Amino acid sequence: MRFKSVKDLETQIEKAKKAESAVKKTILVCAGPGCRANGSGEVIVALRRELESRGIDMKVEVVVKETGCHGFCEQGPLLTFEPSGLQYQRVSVSKVPEIVEKTIVGGKVIKSMVYRDPESKKYIDEYPKIPFYLHQTKIALRNTGHLDPTSLDDYLAAGGFAGLAKALSMESGAVVDEVEKSGLRGRGGGGFPTARKWRSCINAGGDVRYLICNGDEGDPGAFMDCAIMEGDPFGVLEGMIIGAFAIGCNEGYIYVRQEYPLAIKRLQHAIEVLREAGLLGEDILGSGLNFDITISRGGGAFVCGESSALMRSIAGKVGEPRAKYIHSTEKGLNDLPTVLNNVETWVNVPIIIENGGEWFARFGTEKSKGTKAFALVGRVINTGLVEVPMGITLRDLIFGIGGGIHKGREFKAVQTGGPSGGCIPAELLDLEVDFDRLDEQGSMMGSGGMIVMDERTCMVDIARYFLKFLLEESCGKCVPCREGLKQLTALYDRIVEGHGTIEDLEKIEWLAEDVKIASLCALGKSAPNPVLSTIKFFRDEYIEHIEDRRCRAGVCKPLTRLVIEDDCIGCGKCVKVCPTDAIAGELKKLHVLDQVKCIVCGSCVEICPVDCIQVEPAKIAGEVTG
Amino acid sequence: MTITRESVVARVDDISAKYPPIESSLIEILHDVSIEYNYLPGDALKRVSENLGIPIAKVYAVATFYKGFSLEPRGKKIIKVCKGTACHVRGGDRNIDEIKRLLGIGPRETTEDMKFTLEVVNCVGTCAMAPVIVVKDKYYGNATPSTIQEIIGSDSMETDTGEALEGGDV
Repeated sequence: MRFKSVKDLETQIEKAKKAESAVKKTILVCAGPGCRANGSGEVIVALRRELESRGIDMKVEVVVKETGCHGFCEQGPLLTFEPSGLQYQRVSVSKVPEIVEKTIVGGKVIKSMVYRDPESKKYIDEYPKIPFYLHQTKIALRNTGHLDPTSLDDYLAAGGFAGLAKALSMESGAVVDEVEKSGLRGRGGGGFPTARKWRSCINAGGDVRYLICNGDEGDPGAFMDCAIMEGDPFGVLEGMIIGAFAIGCNEGYIYVRQEYPLAIKRLQHAIEVLREAGLLGEDILGSGLNFDITISRGGGAFVCGESSALMRSIAGKVGEPRAKYIHSTEKGLNDLPTVLNNVETWVNVPIIIENGGEWFARFGTEKSKGTKAFALVGRVINTGLVEVPMGITLRDLIFGIGGGIHKGREFKAVQTGGPSGGCIPAELLDLEVDFDRLDEQGSMMGSGGMIVMDERTCMVDIARYFLKFLLEESCGKCVPCREGLKQLTALYDRIVEGHGTIEDLEKIEWLAEDVKIASLCALGKSAPNPVLSTIKFFRDEYIEHIEDRRCRAGVCKPLTRLVIEDDCIGCGKCVKVCPTDAIAGELKKLHVLDQVKCIVCGSCVEICPVDCIQVEPAKIAGEVTG
Repeated sequence: MTITRESVVARVDDISAKYPPIESSLIEILHDVSIEYNYLPGDALKRVSENLGIPIAKVYAVATFYKGFSLEPRGKKIIKVCKGTACHVRGGDRNIDEIKRLLGIGPRETTEDMKFTLEVVNCVGTCAMAPVIVVKDKYYGNATPSTIQEIIGSDSMETDTGEALEGGDV
C-alpha cells in the first residue's frame, strides 16, 4: 500500500495500533547477535511448530515475534512474554514443549528459566525489575527487542513515523531548531552537536547535498549499532528521512560493515518496504520531498569509520582519510556538502521530533544530553547491550547494571572508546560518563564499547593489543601514524618479552605524543590514547615488566610461568582443557604441571574452580624448572 | 569446480550488470565476486576494470586495501577467530596460537591441503560469549584451545568417513 499523504499514513497507524491491541499474548524471541549465536533461531522454529501442532491461533491468541536484541546477552537465548513481562533465560529447543504446555496453555511460570537474583536468591518474574534492566532508560533502543524488524505495521503500531508526520507539518528550519534544543551530539564518538553539523551543510549552499548514515561500527567490543540496525531498521531510516527534509537533500547512503550481513539484509528489506509505501522515493507523503537511500557495504577496513575515508569508500576508492580542515559538510561525498551521522544519532531523531527537543534534553548532563547505548563486555558478570542516561557513574554501570566482576575478582580498569579511547582505573569508578568527563581522563566516549578488565588483564598487553590493531588498520597515508605505530609496537614487544628498559618507556611516551600531534586523521591522532592512559594510571605495571621481568596478570608469556599450588583439589578440569597435556594427576590428588610442555596459554587458570594455579615470573634466558 | 577465464568473465559480466557502470560500483561488485568464488580471481579483476573503465592498478589497490577481499583462494573451512577487545581480554589469543600450533597457519593463511583458512576478525558482536570462533554459520562461544581441536578434529573425521564410504562403494 502506498501512502499519498500524511493522512493516509495516520489512517494506517490507527489500523496497525488497533490490530496490535487485539493481540492477547506476544512472545518476543531475541534474535540479536548473541542469542542467535546461542541458537535462538532454532528456538523460534520449534516454538512455532509446537504451537501449530497444538492448534493454537498465532494471529491473535499467541503471536511469536523474532525481534532484535533484548540486551541481556549473558543469559541468552531470551524469550520475553508481553504484556506480562515474564522473561525466560537460557532457553533451548528441548524446553519449548514445556514452555508451551505450562506457561502458554497453563499460565504458570517455570521458575528454572526465570532470572534469580544472586544476592537475594529471589526469582524475578518481570524483566523490568531485574537489576540489569531496572536502571536503564531506553530511547535509542526503544524499539530494539520489542518489535518484528521486518514489519512496517509493527513499527507503526509502536509509534513509528509519527516523528516524520510531525516534521512534515513544520518548516524545515524548525526541525533543525528542535534537534538543536535537544542538545543531541554525535553518537559515533566525536560528540559534535548534530544540529550545528546540519546547519553548516545547509549553509554550504548548492543544489545537491548528501546524507550518510555511518554503520561501520569498527570498534572491537562494540555492537550497539549492529543491534539497532538489526532490531530497528525503520527507526534509522525514519531518522534519515527527517534529516533529508530538514537539510534538503535527495540522496542518502548507509555504509554498513560487511561483517554484519543480517543488518544489511534487514536494512535492504526495510528500504524496499518504505519505497513501496511511498515513504522513500518521489514526493514522499505528498510533501514534495524526494529522497532515496542506497546501502554501501564496507570492505573490512577500520579506518573507513572515519568520515572522509568512508566517503571515499562509498565512491569506490581506497579508504584514505584527508586533512580535517576541509569540512565534509562543505565538501564531502563527491566534493559536495554532506551530513554524516552515526546509526545511534539517526535513530534518536524521530523521537526527538515527536516528543520535542526539550523532552530529550531532560535526560543526561549539562553538556551531554540524552542517553547512550553501551556494549558492556569483558570480565563483567552481566554482559550485554545497555542504554543509560548520560552522567551515570561507571560504578553504577559496571556494578549496578553489570553485576560486578566474574568470579568475585578485583576490578582493574574499564576501557572506553575502542582503540581511540583509554583505560580508566578503579579510583575513577565514580566518574560520570559523558563526552567531556571521559575526554578529561584521556579516554573518550567513542561509539560505546565498554570493556571491563580485572586482575587477569595485563595493562601493558592491552595497550600493545590496541597498537597492533591500529598498526594493521592504519591506511599508511601519513608517516607519523604508519611509522610511529610500528616503532611503538616494537618498543612494546621488547617490554613484554622481558628486554625492556626504562629508556624504552620514556621513548614510548614522547613518541606517542608526537604521533598524537602529527597524524593526519583521528585514527592516528587518537592511537596513543590507550598507550598514554595505561602509562598514566598503571605505570607500576610497566615498571614491573621492565625491572622485575614480571607480568602480574600472567598474560605476557615470556615473563610468566604457571605453578599449581598445594590447595589443588584434584578435580581434573585443568587436565582436560590443557592443549599440550602438560598437566598430569589423579582425581582428588594434587596435580603437577610440566614446565617443558606448558605453553602458558592460561586455559587452566581460567577453568580452575579454586584458583590454585598461580602466576610466577619466568626466568628469562635461564633454565626451566619443573 | 574448475574456474576458466571464460566462465569468470561471464559471471563478472552478470554481476556488473546489476550496478551502474561507474567507479562507485567497484566495491559492491568486488563483494559479489568474492561471495561467488570465496576470493577474487585475477581474471575477475581484469574484467571489472574493463567493465567500469577503471585502470587495473586502481582495482588492484582497492582489492588489496580492504581486508574483506582475498586474492588467494581460501580453504574449504574458513575459521574466523574473533580478536575484538572482549575476546582479547577473555583469552582469544590462545586460540590463534593453537591454530598456528596445530595447523601451522597464521592469520589470512591457508593449509596446503586447502582445508582450512584462518581469518582473524575484529568483533562479530557476540561479546557475551567471548572468546568466539565462527565457522560458516556456527558460533563457538567461550572457545578454548580444546574447541580448536574439536573444530579441526570434526573436519578430518568427516572427510575420512566420506572417503572411506566412497571407497566402499567402488
